[in-house]
Amino acid sequence: MKIALLGNPNTGKSSVFNLLTGLRQQVGNFAGVTVEKRSGSIQLDQVQHELIDFPGTYSIYPRSKEESVVFDVLSDPSHSQHPDQIVFVVDASNLQRNLLFFSQVYDLGIPCILVLNMWDLAQRKGIVIATEELGNMFPGVPIIQSNARIGLGKDRVLKALTSERIVERNPAKFLESAELCAIDDVQCQKLEAEQRLRKIKDALKHIVQTKAPEGDSVSRKIDRVLVHPFLGYVIFAFVLLTIFQFIFTFANAPMNWIDSMFSHFSTWSSETIQPGLVNDLISQGIIPGIGGVVVFVPQIAMLFFFISILEESGYLSRVVFIMDRLMRPFGLNGKSVVPLMSSVACAIPGIMATRTISNWKERLITILVAPFMSCSARIPVYTLLISLVIPKTFVFGIINLQGIVLFGLYSLGIVFALLVSLLLKLMIKQKEKGFLLLELPDYKNPRWGNVLINVLEKVKIFILDAGKIILAISIILWFLASFGPNMKESMHGLSKTRVYQSMTKKEQTKAMDACKLSNSYIGILGKGMEPVIAPLGYDWKIGISLITSFAAREVFVGSLATIYAVQDDSEEQSLLIDRMRNEVKADGTPVFTLASGVSLMVFYVFAMQCMATMAVVKRETNSWKWPVIQLVFMGLLAYFSAWFCFVLLS
Amino acid sequence: MLNTLDHIELQRVVEIVSVDNSPISSKLTEMGLVAGQLITTLFKAPFGDPIAIELNGTILSLRLEEAQFIEVKA
Repeated sequence: MKIALLGNPNTGKSSVFNLLTGLRQQVGNFAGVTVEKRSGSIQLDQVQHELIDFPGTYSIYPRSKEESVVFDVLSDPSHSQHPDQIVFVVDASNLQRNLLFFSQVYDLGIPCILVLNMWDLAQRKGIVIATEELGNMFPGVPIIQSNARIGLGKDRVLKALTSERIVERNPAKFLESAELCAIDDVQCQKLEAEQRLRKIKDALKHIVQTKAPEGDSVSRKIDRVLVHPFLGYVIFAFVLLTIFQFIFTFANAPMNWIDSMFSHFSTWSSETIQPGLVNDLISQGIIPGIGGVVVFVPQIAMLFFFISILEESGYLSRVVFIMDRLMRPFGLNGKSVVPLMSSVACAIPGIMATRTISNWKERLITILVAPFMSCSARIPVYTLLISLVIPKTFVFGIINLQGIVLFGLYSLGIVFALLVSLLLKLMIKQKEKGFLLLELPDYKNPRWGNVLINVLEKVKIFILDAGKIILAISIILWFLASFGPNMKESMHGLSKTRVYQSMTKKEQTKAMDACKLSNSYIGILGKGMEPVIAPLGYDWKIGISLITSFAAREVFVGSLATIYAVQDDSEEQSLLIDRMRNEVKADGTPVFTLASGVSLMVFYVFAMQCMATMAVVKRETNSWKWPVIQLVFMGLLAYFSAWFCFVLLS
Repeated sequence: MLNTLDHIELQRVVEIVSVDNSPISSKLTEMGLVAGQLITTLFKAPFGDPIAIELNGTILSLRLEEAQFIEVKA
């Protein structure tokens, strides 16, 4: 049996879901649409049933593409997700508005139970509800009080679901002329809503006694500070800064553990398994590939830990409120702020965080521009190139020129994120107009259980969905880097040379690795693309690094180290810098000049050099169309900007 | 005196007279913005837009371009 969980936003619906299902949850998409479908199993009389959590909405008629799944599923009895029963959650302290949607659902005839959640809050506000009379308003519907945040009400809901009262279809109607309006007939929907509200208002007069119809006074006081015209921004900036400090400080250690764990594991497997193709595939392709997925988990988990807290507490709606006006001219929404800011740490959790944006166009634009924000994987590339080509001088005697360049690279990313948003705003056509109409819920203490479940869910989605693609591309890259048409001959040739034989064992390994890479398919690709990238000031060795760093931007540094056959330990980075400084082209001029260095940095600001981000964009937009457009567009932008910088500076 | 909601000063209690027809009129109605409803203007976002109002004990924020569809009287 399928049971749907429906209700308004901010009614504690997800708390009810978590309460009923515990950790037995799956996340997926509703068939055919990119709307997150959370479902879980509940047991009634020894039989497992599926509980499906629908997006929280104010009406059966959708505001956005995401919400339209509610209409599609409920209005079509032959839909594969059409529920046999409905658990409807309402905020007990705001019955009037909540019952509008409920009365629409009630008139569909699907057996329902009505859960009056946040019962304690309503009592604290002095609201008294005559439950029995409320039941008379909706014959055939069991009414249950709950307080899901502290875990109250589970047994009562389960008991009501098995009661025989709600097995049959309910012929009663709340509104006699209850025919569904067409999905785009606004006038009909407005009239229907007015009729329903009038009837609900009349009926509630005898059902709900409110002593003090005031809002939460504490929340009003907090709001005076948090949405203050000046302090509001200062506090938001401070909150963001704190979150990033935490992520940068505390995600590094576990990321290094994961890195070294996988590299040990890879060494161990290469020593244990019989040498040969299988050994190479496992120890150089699959294990590092899985490592490349898992390494993002600490950042994703931490970011969503904080976002969930902000969301649960009610602060996130205030952020949307104060940022909305600033983001609107760019075709974005107040809700785009957190995803874009998160992308400074890593675009992957940032893009996953766009789910809160209900308007599809605004969400898509946010997803498409998020990779322009300079993420932490660009830092190694930027710092290497800056120390290579930017002199350590001081402007006005105090400001470090290298620091200014780094700041400039970050700013360039932000400016282009906004410019490209503007461009996309004009290009993407959408009928539904974005609007705000956002509820600002009372401030609450976050529920740690909900936060934890949300974090686990995001990590799971990333590993299962994006992880598959990342792993596949890693294996392809490994194959391209390990095989080549004349690789064996070249390596054999190298081993016969005098220079090679006079080297130490360590030097020999490095020289062999370099020879292997430059004769692999990737090496051939790098050489083949030299005519294309020569106008930007790059040679084929940089070309190889550009291809390998599609796995992740920071791989650029490691690839150069392999090609130049130097150690790529961070302590010995100066060695790599020296080696790069001495690198010359065929005509004797240095490869890394101010012009080519800046060109390369600008290339990395713009290019979509990250397979993991592409995998996540594919996951979030449910098609390869958008990540491919993104790859091509960002690639072209990177190419021409880099070319422009190179010409300008040389 | 009749006015639209986007022109009302803060901290005023006003009554909705009517909601103009617009692509979002059904959504405004669904949020409880119907004729006869009392609302309080609470606060504005830093650039004066969006605004936050209170109705039936909950806070709702809406853009000025959305508020202009709502006719109110003091």
